[in-house]
Amino acid sequence: MSASSADAVVADRLEKRFGQTIALAGLSFSVPRAELFGVVGPDGGGKTTLFRILATLLVPEKGTARVLDRDVVKDLWDLRRRIGYMPGRFSLYPDLSVYENLRFFASVFGTTIEREQAHIAPIYSQLEAFKDRRASALSGGMKQKLALCCALVHRPEILFLDEPTTGVDAVSRREFWDLLAQLKASGMTILVSTPYMDEADRCDRVALMQSGRLLAVDAPKAIAQSFDRPLLAVRAASRYPALLALRESPHVHAVYPFGDTLHYVDARRGEAPAAIATELSAFLASRGFADATVEPTAATVEDSFIARMGAPEGTRAA
Amino acid sequence: MSGDLAIDVQDLTRRFGAFTAVGGITFNVRAGEVFGFLGANGAGKTTAIRMLTGLLAPSSGRATVAGHDVARDAERVKRDIGYMSQKFSLYEDLTVRENITLYGGIYDLRDREIRDRSARMLANLQLEHAADQFVRAIPLGWRQKLAFSVALLHQPKVVFLDEPTSGVDPITRRQFWELIYDAAAGGTTVLVTTHYMDEAEYCDRISIMVDGRIGAMGTPAELKRDFKVSSIDDLFVQLARPTGSAQGPAA
Repeated sequence: MSASSADAVVADRLEKRFGQTIALAGLSFSVPRAELFGVVGPDGGGKTTLFRILATLLVPEKGTARVLDRDVVKDLWDLRRRIGYMPGRFSLYPDLSVYENLRFFASVFGTTIEREQAHIAPIYSQLEAFKDRRASALSGGMKQKLALCCALVHRPEILFLDEPTTGVDAVSRREFWDLLAQLKASGMTILVSTPYMDEADRCDRVALMQSGRLLAVDAPKAIAQSFDRPLLAVRAASRYPALLALRESPHVHAVYPFGDTLHYVDARRGEAPAAIATELSAFLASRGFADATVEPTAATVEDSFIARMGAPEGTRAA
Repeated sequence: MSGDLAIDVQDLTRRFGAFTAVGGITFNVRAGEVFGFLGANGAGKTTAIRMLTGLLAPSSGRATVAGHDVARDAERVKRDIGYMSQKFSLYEDLTVRENITLYGGIYDLRDREIRDRSARMLANLQLEHAADQFVRAIPLGWRQKLAFSVALLHQPKVVFLDEPTSGVDPITRRQFWELIYDAAAGGTTVLVTTHYMDEAEYCDRISIMVDGRIGAMGTPAELKRDFKVSSIDDLFVQLARPTGSAQGPAA
Protein backbone atom coordinates (compact mmCIF):
# COMPACT_ATOMS: atom_id res chain seq x y z
CA MET A 1 0.00 0.00 0.00
CA SER A 2 1.56 3.31 -1.00
CA ALA A 3 1.58 6.17 1.43
CA SER A 4 1.01 9.55 -0.06
CA SER A 5 3.03 12.20 1.72
CA ALA A 6 -0.23 13.92 2.64
CA ASP A 7 -0.74 11.18 5.22
CA ALA A 8 1.10 11.46 8.52
CA VAL A 9 0.12 7.93 9.58
CA VAL A 10 -0.68 4.89 7.45
CA ALA A 11 -1.41 1.62 9.26
CA ASP A 12 -1.86 -1.46 7.11
CA ARG A 13 -3.28 -4.66 8.61
CA LEU A 14 -1.49 -4.22 11.93
CA GLU A 15 -1.54 -7.26 14.18
CA LYS A 16 -0.21 -7.84 17.67
CA ARG A 17 -0.73 -10.62 20.19
CA PHE A 18 0.38 -11.06 23.78
CA GLY A 19 0.27 -14.80 24.41
CA GLN A 20 -3.30 -15.86 23.76
CA THR A 21 -4.64 -12.32 23.78
CA ILE A 22 -5.16 -10.63 20.45
CA ALA A 23 -4.39 -6.99 21.13
CA LEU A 24 -4.69 -5.79 17.54
CA ALA A 25 -6.61 -7.86 15.01
CA GLY A 26 -5.44 -6.38 11.71
CA LEU A 27 -6.02 -2.62 11.74
CA SER A 28 -5.84 -0.42 8.67
CA PHE A 29 -6.39 3.33 8.67
CA SER A 30 -4.63 6.54 7.75
CA VAL A 31 -4.42 10.01 9.22
CA PRO A 32 -3.74 13.05 7.01
CA ARG A 33 -1.27 15.67 8.17
CA ALA A 34 -2.57 18.38 10.52
CA GLU A 35 -5.53 16.29 11.58
CA LEU A 36 -6.72 15.88 15.19
CA PHE A 37 -7.50 12.16 15.17
CA GLY A 38 -9.14 10.39 18.11
CA VAL A 39 -8.98 6.69 18.99
CA VAL A 40 -12.02 6.16 21.19
CA GLY A 41 -12.81 3.02 23.15
CA PRO A 42 -12.79 1.25 26.51
CA ASP A 43 -9.78 -0.09 28.41
CA GLY A 44 -8.41 -3.34 27.05
CA GLY A 45 -9.48 -2.49 23.49
CA GLY A 46 -5.91 -2.18 22.14
CA LYS A 47 -5.46 1.62 22.15
CA THR A 48 -2.19 1.57 24.09
CA THR A 49 -0.72 -1.23 21.96
CA LEU A 50 -1.56 0.74 18.81
CA PHE A 51 0.01 3.94 20.17
CA ARG A 52 3.15 2.13 21.30
CA ILE A 53 3.60 0.61 17.85
CA LEU A 54 3.12 3.99 16.14
CA ALA A 55 5.57 5.58 18.59
CA THR A 56 8.22 2.94 17.65
CA LEU A 57 8.18 1.35 21.10
CA LEU A 58 6.65 -1.98 20.14
CA VAL A 59 7.07 -4.12 17.01
CA PRO A 60 3.93 -5.42 15.28
CA GLU A 61 3.71 -9.13 14.47
CA LYS A 62 2.15 -8.59 11.07
CA GLY A 63 1.31 -5.61 8.93
CA THR A 64 3.12 -2.32 8.63
CA ALA A 65 2.84 1.20 9.95
CA ARG A 66 4.35 4.30 8.39
CA VAL A 67 4.62 7.56 10.29
CA LEU A 68 5.81 10.71 8.50
CA ASP A 69 6.67 8.48 5.52
CA ARG A 70 9.01 6.33 7.61
CA ASP A 71 8.55 2.71 8.64
CA VAL A 72 8.04 2.44 12.42
CA VAL A 73 10.30 -0.65 12.63
CA LYS A 74 13.11 0.08 10.19
CA ASP A 75 13.38 3.82 10.60
CA LEU A 76 12.86 4.09 14.32
CA TRP A 77 15.92 6.20 15.11
CA ASP A 78 15.03 8.76 12.51
CA LEU A 79 11.42 8.77 13.67
CA ARG A 80 12.04 9.09 17.38
CA ARG A 81 13.34 12.64 17.19
CA ARG A 82 10.41 13.67 15.01
CA ILE A 83 7.56 12.34 17.15
CA GLY A 84 6.23 13.35 20.53
CA TYR A 85 4.75 10.62 22.74
CA MET A 86 2.83 10.96 25.95
CA PRO A 87 2.29 7.56 27.58
CA GLY A 88 -0.90 6.69 29.41
CA ARG A 89 0.83 6.26 32.74
CA PHE A 90 2.36 9.43 34.21
CA SER A 91 6.04 9.02 33.44
CA LEU A 92 7.76 12.22 34.44
CA TYR A 93 10.16 12.38 37.35
CA PRO A 94 8.06 12.93 40.49
CA ASP A 95 11.02 14.26 42.51
CA LEU A 96 12.02 16.84 39.93
CA SER A 97 10.30 20.20 39.72
CA VAL A 98 8.19 21.29 36.77
CA TYR A 99 11.11 23.29 35.38
CA GLU A 100 13.65 20.48 35.95
CA ASN A 101 11.48 17.91 34.18
CA LEU A 102 11.11 20.18 31.20
CA ARG A 103 14.84 21.01 31.12
CA PHE A 104 15.66 17.31 31.29
CA PHE A 105 13.43 16.40 28.34
CA ALA A 106 14.82 19.33 26.33
CA SER A 107 18.40 18.21 27.02
CA VAL A 108 17.68 14.63 25.92
CA PHE A 109 16.84 16.04 22.50
CA GLY A 110 19.83 18.40 22.52
CA THR A 111 17.88 21.60 22.99
CA THR A 112 17.02 24.05 25.79
CA ILE A 113 13.82 25.50 27.22
CA GLU A 114 15.00 28.97 26.22
CA ARG A 115 15.42 27.98 22.59
CA GLU A 116 11.96 26.38 22.51
CA GLN A 117 10.27 29.18 24.43
CA ALA A 118 8.14 30.45 21.57
CA HIS A 119 6.41 27.24 20.62
CA ILE A 120 5.84 25.84 24.13
CA ALA A 121 4.68 29.22 25.48
CA PRO A 122 0.90 28.58 25.18
CA ILE A 123 1.23 25.57 27.52
CA TYR A 124 4.21 26.58 29.60
CA SER A 125 2.54 29.87 30.51
CA GLN A 126 -0.07 27.83 32.41
CA LEU A 127 2.67 25.97 34.29
CA GLU A 128 5.11 28.77 34.97
CA ALA A 129 3.55 29.83 38.28
CA PHE A 130 4.35 26.33 39.59
CA LYS A 131 7.75 25.92 37.97
CA ASP A 132 9.48 25.10 41.27
CA ARG A 133 6.83 22.67 42.47
CA ARG A 134 7.73 18.99 42.39
CA ALA A 135 5.85 17.06 39.70
CA SER A 136 4.44 14.67 42.33
CA ALA A 137 2.69 17.58 44.06
CA LEU A 138 0.76 18.73 40.97
CA SER A 139 -2.96 18.06 40.53
CA GLY A 140 -4.04 15.53 37.88
CA GLY A 141 -4.82 18.17 35.28
CA MET A 142 -1.54 20.03 35.78
CA LYS A 143 0.48 16.81 35.57
CA GLN A 144 -1.03 16.15 32.17
CA LYS A 145 -0.21 19.68 30.98
CA LEU A 146 3.39 19.22 32.08
CA ALA A 147 3.58 15.85 30.32
CA LEU A 148 2.23 17.46 27.14
CA CYS A 149 4.79 20.25 27.42
CA CYS A 150 7.61 17.69 27.80
CA ALA A 151 6.34 15.76 24.76
CA LEU A 152 6.43 18.98 22.73
CA VAL A 153 9.70 20.51 23.80
CA HIS A 154 11.76 19.06 20.92
CA ARG A 155 9.35 20.38 18.28
CA PRO A 156 7.93 17.07 17.03
CA GLU A 157 5.96 16.96 13.79
CA ILE A 158 3.37 14.60 15.20
CA LEU A 159 2.02 13.90 18.70
CA PHE A 160 0.80 10.56 20.08
CA LEU A 161 -1.14 11.15 23.30
CA ASP A 162 -2.31 7.98 25.02
CA GLU A 163 -5.32 8.67 27.25
CA PRO A 164 -4.17 12.10 28.43
CA THR A 165 -7.53 12.84 30.08
CA THR A 166 -8.18 9.57 31.92
CA GLY A 167 -8.84 10.10 35.61
CA VAL A 168 -8.74 13.86 35.07
CA ASP A 169 -11.75 15.89 36.22
CA ALA A 170 -14.25 17.34 33.74
CA VAL A 171 -12.89 20.90 33.92
CA SER A 172 -9.26 19.94 33.40
CA ARG A 173 -10.34 17.69 30.55
CA ARG A 174 -11.97 20.63 28.77
CA GLU A 175 -8.88 22.76 29.30
CA PHE A 176 -6.66 20.01 27.91
CA TRP A 177 -8.79 19.71 24.78
CA ASP A 178 -8.64 23.49 24.36
CA LEU A 179 -4.83 23.18 24.31
CA LEU A 180 -5.02 20.43 21.69
CA ALA A 181 -7.23 22.63 19.53
CA GLN A 182 -4.59 25.40 19.73
CA LEU A 183 -1.83 22.98 18.77
CA LYS A 184 -3.84 21.68 15.86
CA ALA A 185 -4.36 25.24 14.64
CA SER A 186 -0.57 25.58 14.43
CA GLY A 187 -0.48 22.64 11.98
CA MET A 188 0.46 19.79 14.33
CA THR A 189 -0.80 16.27 13.56
CA ILE A 190 -2.26 14.82 16.75
CA LEU A 191 -3.42 11.28 17.54
CA VAL A 192 -5.12 11.04 20.90
CA SER A 193 -6.83 8.11 22.59
CA THR A 194 -9.64 8.36 25.13
CA PRO A 195 -12.23 6.19 26.87
CA TYR A 196 -14.61 9.20 27.08
CA MET A 197 -17.11 9.05 24.20
CA ASP A 198 -18.06 12.71 24.56
CA GLU A 199 -14.51 13.75 23.68
CA ALA A 200 -14.96 12.30 20.17
CA ASP A 201 -16.71 15.52 19.19
CA ARG A 202 -13.50 17.50 19.74
CA CYS A 203 -11.73 15.51 16.97
CA ASP A 204 -11.70 15.96 13.18
CA ARG A 205 -12.11 12.22 12.76
CA VAL A 206 -12.26 9.31 15.16
CA ALA A 207 -11.66 5.58 15.12
CA LEU A 208 -13.99 3.63 17.42
CA MET A 209 -11.97 0.78 18.86
CA GLN A 210 -13.10 -2.33 20.71
CA SER A 211 -11.40 -5.69 21.33
CA GLY A 212 -8.52 -4.96 18.95
CA ARG A 213 -10.77 -4.02 16.05
CA LEU A 214 -11.92 -0.74 14.53
CA LEU A 215 -15.70 -0.47 14.58
CA ALA A 216 -15.68 2.70 12.45
CA VAL A 217 -13.37 5.46 11.22
CA ASP A 218 -15.05 8.73 10.26
CA ALA A 219 -15.93 12.27 11.30
CA PRO A 220 -17.79 12.21 14.64
CA LYS A 221 -20.88 13.74 13.07
CA ALA A 222 -20.94 11.06 10.36
CA ILE A 223 -20.57 8.32 12.96
CA ALA A 224 -23.43 9.74 15.00
CA GLN A 225 -25.60 10.03 11.87
CA SER A 226 -24.87 6.46 10.85
CA PHE A 227 -27.16 5.28 13.66
CA ASP A 228 -29.86 3.56 11.67
CA ARG A 229 -32.76 2.90 14.03
CA PRO A 230 -35.43 5.24 15.45
CA LEU A 231 -34.08 6.76 18.69
CA LEU A 232 -36.23 8.43 21.34
CA ALA A 233 -35.45 10.19 24.61
CA VAL A 234 -37.73 9.29 27.51
CA ARG A 235 -37.99 11.29 30.72
CA ALA A 236 -39.78 9.91 33.76
CA ALA A 237 -39.58 10.76 37.46
CA SER A 238 -38.94 7.15 38.44
CA ARG A 239 -36.23 6.31 35.97
CA TYR A 240 -35.26 2.78 36.85
CA PRO A 241 -38.82 1.37 36.97
CA ALA A 242 -39.53 3.20 33.68
CA LEU A 243 -36.43 1.62 32.13
CA LEU A 244 -37.53 -1.85 33.20
CA ALA A 245 -41.05 -1.22 31.86
CA LEU A 246 -39.72 -0.01 28.49
CA ARG A 247 -37.78 -3.25 28.08
CA GLU A 248 -41.17 -4.98 27.96
CA SER A 249 -42.64 -2.72 25.29
CA PRO A 250 -43.59 -4.57 22.09
CA HIS A 251 -41.06 -3.14 19.60
CA VAL A 252 -38.07 -2.45 21.83
CA HIS A 253 -34.58 -3.05 20.47
CA ALA A 254 -32.62 -1.51 23.39
CA VAL A 255 -33.15 0.82 26.36
CA TYR A 256 -30.36 2.39 28.35
CA PRO A 257 -29.78 5.41 30.62
CA PHE A 258 -28.37 8.40 28.76
CA GLY A 259 -27.58 11.54 30.77
CA ASP A 260 -30.82 12.78 32.32
CA THR A 261 -32.94 10.69 29.93
CA LEU A 262 -33.44 7.09 28.88
CA HIS A 263 -32.62 6.26 25.28
CA TYR A 264 -35.14 3.95 23.66
CA VAL A 265 -34.15 2.27 20.37
CA ASP A 266 -37.00 0.87 18.30
CA ALA A 267 -36.59 -2.40 16.43
CA ARG A 268 -38.55 -1.15 13.38
CA ARG A 269 -36.03 0.62 11.16
CA GLY A 270 -38.40 2.53 8.88
CA GLU A 271 -41.00 3.62 11.47
CA ALA A 272 -41.58 7.39 11.92
CA PRO A 273 -40.17 8.53 15.29
CA ALA A 274 -43.16 10.79 15.95
CA ALA A 275 -45.54 7.86 15.63
CA ILE A 276 -43.38 5.76 17.92
CA ALA A 277 -43.35 8.59 20.48
CA THR A 278 -47.16 8.64 20.61
CA GLU A 279 -47.27 4.88 20.91
CA LEU A 280 -44.64 4.78 23.64
CA SER A 281 -46.32 7.55 25.69
CA ALA A 282 -49.51 5.49 25.68
CA PHE A 283 -47.58 2.38 26.68
CA LEU A 284 -45.87 4.17 29.57
CA ALA A 285 -49.17 5.69 30.73
CA SER A 286 -50.72 2.21 30.77
CA ARG A 287 -47.86 1.09 33.01
CA GLY A 288 -48.49 3.91 35.47
CA PHE A 289 -45.89 6.42 34.23
CA ALA A 290 -48.34 9.22 33.54
CA ASP A 291 -45.62 11.87 33.90
CA ALA A 292 -43.34 10.34 31.24
CA THR A 293 -42.44 12.37 28.16
CA VAL A 294 -41.15 10.85 24.94
CA GLU A 295 -39.53 12.69 22.06
CA PRO A 296 -37.39 11.79 19.04
CA THR A 297 -33.73 12.64 19.58
CA ALA A 298 -30.51 12.72 17.54
CA ALA A 299 -28.01 9.91 18.09
CA THR A 300 -24.55 10.68 19.47
CA VAL A 301 -21.21 8.95 18.91
CA GLU A 302 -21.87 6.98 22.09
CA ASP A 303 -25.23 5.66 20.78
CA SER A 304 -23.43 4.59 17.61
CA PHE A 305 -20.67 2.92 19.61
CA ILE A 306 -23.23 0.98 21.63
CA ALA A 307 -25.07 -0.09 18.47
CA ARG A 308 -21.85 -1.20 16.76
CA MET A 309 -20.43 -2.97 19.81
CA GLY A 310 -22.96 -5.76 19.75
CA ALA A 311 -22.18 -7.56 22.99
CA PRO A 312 -19.98 -5.88 25.61
CA GLU A 313 -16.49 -7.19 26.19
CA GLY A 314 -16.30 -10.74 27.40
CA THR A 315 -19.99 -11.54 27.25
CA ARG A 316 -21.31 -13.91 24.67
CA ALA A 317 -23.57 -12.44 22.03
CA ALA A 318 -27.18 -13.30 22.72
CA MET B 1 -29.86 11.53 64.51
CA SER B 2 -32.94 10.27 62.73
CA GLY B 3 -33.04 6.60 61.76
CA ASP B 4 -33.43 6.86 58.01
CA LEU B 5 -30.22 8.81 57.44
CA ALA B 6 -27.50 6.44 56.29
CA ILE B 7 -24.88 9.19 56.23
CA ASP B 8 -25.11 12.30 58.40
CA VAL B 9 -22.26 14.81 58.21
CA GLN B 10 -21.98 17.99 60.30
CA ASP B 11 -19.26 20.56 59.66
CA LEU B 12 -16.69 17.84 58.94
CA THR B 13 -13.17 19.26 58.64
CA ARG B 14 -9.71 17.89 58.00
CA ARG B 15 -6.49 19.88 58.02
CA PHE B 16 -3.02 18.74 57.03
CA GLY B 17 -0.67 21.23 58.67
CA ALA B 18 -1.67 24.65 57.36
CA PHE B 19 -3.67 23.17 54.49
CA THR B 20 -7.40 22.59 54.88
CA ALA B 21 -8.34 19.66 52.65
CA VAL B 22 -11.97 19.51 53.81
CA GLY B 23 -13.30 22.76 55.24
CA GLY B 24 -16.51 22.08 57.15
CA ILE B 25 -18.85 20.09 54.95
CA THR B 26 -22.44 19.34 55.99
CA PHE B 27 -24.75 16.95 54.17
CA ASN B 28 -26.77 13.81 54.64
CA VAL B 29 -27.81 10.82 52.56
CA ARG B 30 -31.05 8.93 53.13
CA ALA B 31 -31.21 5.15 53.28
CA GLY B 32 -31.59 3.71 49.77
CA GLU B 33 -30.46 6.90 48.07
CA VAL B 34 -27.87 7.05 45.25
CA PHE B 35 -25.70 10.04 46.08
CA GLY B 36 -23.13 11.37 43.58
CA PHE B 37 -20.09 12.85 45.30
CA LEU B 38 -18.40 15.02 42.67
CA GLY B 39 -15.52 17.46 42.57
CA ALA B 40 -12.41 18.43 40.64
CA ASN B 41 -9.11 16.64 41.29
CA GLY B 42 -7.77 18.03 44.54
CA ALA B 43 -11.12 19.43 45.74
CA GLY B 44 -11.11 17.19 48.83
CA LYS B 45 -13.30 14.23 47.80
CA THR B 46 -10.76 11.55 48.64
CA THR B 47 -10.01 13.04 52.05
CA ALA B 48 -13.75 13.25 52.80
CA ILE B 49 -14.31 9.64 51.75
CA ARG B 50 -11.39 8.46 53.88
CA MET B 51 -13.02 10.12 56.90
CA LEU B 52 -16.45 8.66 56.10
CA THR B 53 -15.02 5.16 55.79
CA GLY B 54 -13.23 5.36 59.14
CA LEU B 55 -9.72 5.48 57.66
CA LEU B 56 -8.83 9.03 58.64
CA ALA B 57 -9.77 10.92 61.80
CA PRO B 58 -11.52 14.27 61.31
CA SER B 59 -9.82 17.41 62.69
CA SER B 60 -13.23 18.67 63.78
CA GLY B 61 -16.90 18.20 63.06
CA ARG B 62 -18.85 15.00 63.17
CA ALA B 63 -20.06 12.25 60.83
CA THR B 64 -22.31 9.26 61.37
CA VAL B 65 -22.25 6.45 58.81
CA ALA B 66 -24.61 3.46 59.07
CA GLY B 67 -25.47 4.67 62.59
CA HIS B 68 -21.89 4.82 63.89
CA ASP B 69 -19.73 7.83 64.66
CA VAL B 70 -16.72 7.71 62.31
CA ALA B 71 -14.30 9.09 64.92
CA ARG B 72 -15.39 7.03 67.95
CA ASP B 73 -16.56 3.82 66.24
CA ALA B 74 -14.37 3.55 63.16
CA GLU B 75 -14.19 -0.25 63.39
CA ARG B 76 -17.96 -0.60 63.46
CA VAL B 77 -18.26 1.76 60.51
CA LYS B 78 -15.89 -0.47 58.54
CA ARG B 79 -18.01 -3.58 59.28
CA ASP B 80 -21.23 -1.97 58.13
CA ILE B 81 -20.01 -0.44 54.87
CA GLY B 82 -18.80 -1.79 51.55
CA TYR B 83 -16.10 -0.16 49.43
CA MET B 84 -14.85 -0.55 45.91
CA SER B 85 -12.71 1.55 43.60
CA GLN B 86 -11.31 1.36 40.12
CA LYS B 87 -7.79 1.27 41.50
CA PHE B 88 -8.27 -1.53 43.97
CA SER B 89 -11.07 -4.01 44.12
CA LEU B 90 -10.14 -7.69 43.80
CA TYR B 91 -7.00 -9.81 44.09
CA GLU B 92 -5.92 -10.59 40.53
CA ASP B 93 -3.94 -13.69 41.49
CA LEU B 94 -6.91 -15.35 43.17
CA THR B 95 -9.80 -16.95 41.31
CA VAL B 96 -13.26 -15.42 41.30
CA ARG B 97 -14.43 -17.91 43.92
CA GLU B 98 -11.34 -17.44 46.10
CA ASN B 99 -11.91 -13.68 46.11
CA ILE B 100 -15.50 -14.15 47.26
CA THR B 101 -14.45 -16.60 49.99
CA LEU B 102 -11.68 -14.30 51.17
CA TYR B 103 -14.02 -11.32 51.51
CA GLY B 104 -16.66 -13.47 53.20
CA GLY B 105 -14.05 -14.60 55.70
CA ILE B 106 -12.83 -11.05 56.38
CA TYR B 107 -16.40 -10.07 57.25
CA ASP B 108 -16.91 -13.17 59.46
CA LEU B 109 -19.60 -14.79 57.33
CA ARG B 110 -20.28 -18.46 58.03
CA ASP B 111 -19.18 -20.98 55.40
CA ARG B 112 -22.77 -21.72 54.56
CA GLU B 113 -23.58 -18.03 54.05
CA ILE B 114 -20.54 -17.63 51.82
CA ARG B 115 -21.59 -20.66 49.75
CA ASP B 116 -25.19 -19.54 49.37
CA ARG B 117 -24.39 -15.93 48.63
CA SER B 118 -21.62 -16.68 46.15
CA ALA B 119 -23.86 -19.10 44.26
CA ARG B 120 -26.55 -16.44 44.03
CA MET B 121 -24.05 -13.75 43.06
CA LEU B 122 -22.45 -15.81 40.30
CA ALA B 123 -25.89 -16.69 38.93
CA ASN B 124 -27.02 -13.04 38.95
CA LEU B 125 -23.87 -11.94 37.14
CA GLN B 126 -23.99 -14.96 34.79
CA LEU B 127 -20.43 -15.69 35.81
CA GLU B 128 -20.79 -19.32 36.92
CA HIS B 129 -18.56 -20.55 34.10
CA ALA B 130 -15.76 -18.19 35.23
CA ALA B 131 -15.84 -19.08 38.94
CA ASP B 132 -12.49 -20.86 38.86
CA GLN B 133 -10.68 -18.41 36.58
CA PHE B 134 -8.10 -15.99 37.89
CA VAL B 135 -9.50 -12.51 38.22
CA ARG B 136 -6.68 -11.11 36.08
CA ALA B 137 -7.94 -13.28 33.21
CA ILE B 138 -11.47 -11.88 33.10
CA PRO B 139 -12.39 -8.67 31.24
CA LEU B 140 -12.38 -5.36 33.09
CA GLY B 141 -16.13 -4.88 32.77
CA TRP B 142 -16.90 -8.18 34.45
CA ARG B 143 -14.29 -7.55 37.07
CA GLN B 144 -15.92 -4.27 38.03
CA LYS B 145 -19.37 -5.83 38.27
CA LEU B 146 -17.95 -8.66 40.34
CA ALA B 147 -16.07 -6.23 42.60
CA PHE B 148 -19.30 -4.35 43.26
CA SER B 149 -21.14 -7.56 44.16
CA VAL B 150 -18.29 -8.61 46.44
CA ALA B 151 -18.45 -5.23 48.18
CA LEU B 152 -22.11 -6.05 48.91
CA LEU B 153 -21.43 -9.63 50.06
CA HIS B 154 -21.74 -8.86 53.77
CA GLN B 155 -24.92 -6.87 53.08
CA PRO B 156 -23.60 -3.50 54.20
CA LYS B 157 -26.00 -0.64 54.82
CA VAL B 158 -23.86 1.81 52.87
CA VAL B 159 -21.52 1.23 49.95
CA PHE B 160 -18.83 3.66 48.75
CA LEU B 161 -17.89 3.48 45.06
CA ASP B 162 -14.81 5.46 44.02
CA GLU B 163 -14.76 5.91 40.22
CA PRO B 164 -16.16 2.41 39.72
CA THR B 165 -16.72 2.70 35.96
CA SER B 166 -13.49 4.38 34.86
CA GLY B 167 -12.38 3.06 31.45
CA VAL B 168 -15.28 0.60 31.16
CA ASP B 169 -17.11 0.27 27.82
CA PRO B 170 -20.42 2.14 27.40
CA ILE B 171 -22.67 -0.91 27.61
CA THR B 172 -20.96 -2.43 30.66
CA ARG B 173 -20.95 1.01 32.30
CA ARG B 174 -24.73 1.08 32.00
CA GLN B 175 -25.08 -2.50 33.24
CA PHE B 176 -23.03 -1.41 36.23
CA TRP B 177 -25.49 1.39 36.93
CA GLU B 178 -28.36 -1.08 36.79
CA LEU B 179 -26.59 -3.03 39.55
CA ILE B 180 -26.41 0.22 41.53
CA TYR B 181 -30.13 0.93 41.02
CA ASP B 182 -30.94 -2.62 41.99
CA ALA B 183 -28.93 -2.38 45.23
CA ALA B 184 -30.53 0.97 46.05
CA ALA B 185 -34.00 -0.44 45.39
CA GLY B 186 -33.15 -3.12 47.97
CA GLY B 187 -32.38 -0.42 50.56
CA THR B 188 -28.59 -0.14 50.24
CA THR B 189 -27.31 3.42 50.31
CA VAL B 190 -24.81 4.28 47.58
CA LEU B 191 -22.23 7.08 47.59
CA VAL B 192 -20.45 7.21 44.23
CA THR B 193 -17.73 9.36 42.64
CA THR B 194 -17.26 9.63 38.89
CA HIS B 195 -15.61 11.72 36.21
CA TYR B 196 -18.37 10.83 33.74
CA MET B 197 -20.76 13.75 34.00
CA ASP B 198 -23.59 11.79 32.37
CA GLU B 199 -23.39 9.44 35.35
CA ALA B 200 -23.96 12.39 37.68
CA GLU B 201 -27.39 12.63 36.06
CA TYR B 202 -28.12 9.03 37.11
CA CYS B 203 -27.91 9.92 40.82
CA ASP B 204 -30.86 10.84 43.05
CA ARG B 205 -28.86 13.76 44.45
CA ILE B 206 -25.34 15.05 43.94
CA SER B 207 -22.91 17.36 45.66
CA ILE B 208 -20.02 19.14 43.96
CA MET B 209 -16.99 19.88 46.11
CA VAL B 210 -14.91 22.96 45.34
CA ASP B 211 -11.76 23.70 47.33
CA GLY B 212 -12.74 21.62 50.35
CA ARG B 213 -16.32 22.87 50.53
CA ILE B 214 -19.61 21.82 49.02
CA GLY B 215 -20.21 24.27 46.17
CA ALA B 216 -23.62 22.91 45.18
CA MET B 217 -25.97 20.14 46.29
CA GLY B 218 -29.38 18.90 45.17
CA THR B 219 -31.09 16.72 42.61
CA PRO B 220 -29.57 17.05 39.13
CA ALA B 221 -32.81 18.66 37.90
CA GLU B 222 -32.87 21.25 40.76
CA LEU B 223 -29.23 22.15 40.23
CA LYS B 224 -29.64 22.64 36.48
CA ARG B 225 -32.67 24.84 37.10
CA ASP B 226 -31.11 26.89 39.93
CA PHE B 227 -27.80 27.48 38.15
CA LYS B 228 -29.48 27.91 34.75
CA VAL B 229 -27.32 25.36 32.95
CA SER B 230 -28.32 22.62 30.55
CA SER B 231 -26.08 19.87 31.93
CA ILE B 232 -24.20 18.89 35.08
CA ASP B 233 -21.03 19.10 32.98
CA ASP B 234 -21.65 22.83 32.44
CA LEU B 235 -22.40 23.34 36.14
CA PHE B 236 -19.21 21.53 37.09
CA VAL B 237 -17.15 23.80 34.87
CA GLN B 238 -18.93 26.91 36.14
CA LEU B 239 -18.23 26.01 39.78
CA ALA B 240 -14.70 24.68 39.42
CA ARG B 241 -13.09 27.04 36.93
CA PRO B 242 -13.24 30.49 38.57
CA THR B 243 -11.44 29.32 41.70
CA GLY B 244 -8.67 27.67 39.66
CA SER B 245 -8.92 24.58 41.84
CA ALA B 246 -7.43 22.54 39.02
CA GLN B 247 -4.19 24.23 39.98
CA GLY B 248 -4.41 23.43 43.67
CA PRO B 249 -2.36 20.78 45.38
CA ALA B 250 -2.97 17.15 44.54
CA ALA B 251 -5.47 15.30 46.67
